[in-house]
Amino acid sequence: MYTNYHPRWHRKPMSTYWWLERRSYLAFILREVSSVFIAWLVVFLMLLVRAVGRGDASYQQFLDWSARPLLVVLNIVSLSFVVFHAITWFNLAPKAMVVYVRQRPVPGHLIAASNYLAWAVASGLVAWLVLGG
Amino acid sequence: MAKRTIEPLLWLLFSAGGVASAMLIPALALLFGVAFPLGWLSPPSHEHLLAVVLHPLTRLVLFFLFMLSMFHSAHRFRFTLYDGLQIKHLNEVVNLLCYGGAVVGSVLGAYLLWQIG
Amino acid sequence: MNDRITMQVARYLPEGDAELSYQEYEVPYPREWVVLDGLNYIKDRLDGSLSYRWSCRMGICGSCGMTVNGEPKLTCATFLADYAPGPVRIEPLQNFPVIRDLVVDTGDFMRKLTSVKPWLIREEEKPLSEGEHLQTPAELDQYKQYSMCINCMLCCAACPVYGLDSEFVGPAAIALAQRYNLDGRDQGSKLRLDVLSDHEGIWGCTFVGECSKVCPENVDPAGAIQRYKLTAAMDSLKSFLMPWRGS
Ligand code: SF4
Ligand code: FES
Repeated sequence: MYTNYHPRWHRKPMSTYWWLERRSYLAFILREVSSVFIAWLVVFLMLLVRAVGRGDASYQQFLDWSARPLLVVLNIVSLSFVVFHAITWFNLAPKAMVVYVRQRPVPGHLIAASNYLAWAVASGLVAWLVLGG
Repeated sequence: MAKRTIEPLLWLLFSAGGVASAMLIPALALLFGVAFPLGWLSPPSHEHLLAVVLHPLTRLVLFFLFMLSMFHSAHRFRFTLYDGLQIKHLNEVVNLLCYGGAVVGSVLGAYLLWQIG
Repeated sequence: MNDRITMQVARYLPEGDAELSYQEYEVPYPREWVVLDGLNYIKDRLDGSLSYRWSCRMGICGSCGMTVNGEPKLTCATFLADYAPGPVRIEPLQNFPVIRDLVVDTGDFMRKLTSVKPWLIREEEKPLSEGEHLQTPAELDQYKQYSMCINCMLCCAACPVYGLDSEFVGPAAIALAQRYNLDGRDQGSKLRLDVLSDHEGIWGCTFVGECSKVCPENVDPAGAIQRYKLTAAMDSLKSFLMPWRGS
């Protein structure tokens, strides 16, 4: 609604590149972009499962394929993004979860620490299973 | 009663996928994406890996990992498009692409894991 | 100390200007001077036409929020000397329409605050004769942090989603809703859920986390939103799986 007496406000529209304006915004958008790399890694792992299901020959083929330089670079980048995702995720976990033990809130860093512990255990388990412990 | 939106459920899938992918994908990506290709470690034999994958528990875990991670990724990517590129007016297209992709991916994943058995 | 610091102050006159412009002033900056002191010095000695809001000059009223060198700040709690040798750039809070110079319109913020029904809601008032509602210190701790908000709007100025999406209720309003939801005397969480969980209320938040960083009172609105999302999601999962239990 506009009337003669309505003050003439000044509105600054947000730039499309607002996420470049502050470092913390950039870190935020990088965290969000990790979603693309997670999607890629899921595809990559599904291809692995398919290759394993199809027998030894195609498994070897998969291993050769994944050793291509371009793919290794892509996977290294993807790995860094997932790790970034994991770290930010575990650090923010205490914000959403407030756990009470004997009616006292458990301090946030303990919740984060237990998340990291679970991460270590899960990773160990994966390595043990894959490498044939 | 407020009008039902699907948003809370999408957020739950996003969160569950955030946990699942953070817990399991780094180790898997490190092994298969980096360590084996670069020869840091020698890859396991096909026989061993097949045995691991054929175990029903592994398949169940992998299915949930794939499905939840894809929904996680879809949800986050959708908001990245909204906020980063300010294309919220393309709402329907973006939703279809993101969640549709996740649904198709999950079905594919389920099929893959089911047919190797 | 005779040293002076340059303040670049944003000016906007609704009668003529189409854009913000910047005007430079030289002000002294003794150790104890805050940015607001610098503005008051300008208004008193250099240029009486400058407009800005302030009242308590002690971090209570929440009216002196501005953008200082790009960061949302309470100008009465931000020391000029920290920006030496300058210049310091003072702009109105982001994400709000500017009325004049450093004064922004608070209408949208206020409307959103009241939309979450920030008062104690009882299904049934108990009669006065039964006495007061007693609370233990532990019950007070549940919501105390969220009750510290001074409505300074810094969190909303720091939040890109608030700027991008006019429907988003914003960090302060959600923290305020939690202040009442977690209060043992309140029974209105269902009503607030209808407001917040319905549309873009909370789901537009992508946890940028800036709101909690700039909050001068450590309210942690980002945490409030995350906790609230979890509650709201669990709630709708329950009514999804067990529709007969819904109200
Ligand atoms: S939550 Fe903090 S930053 Fe936001 S209005 Fe309240 S006091 Fe200000
Ligand atoms: S003048 Fe009251 S909070 Fe700064």
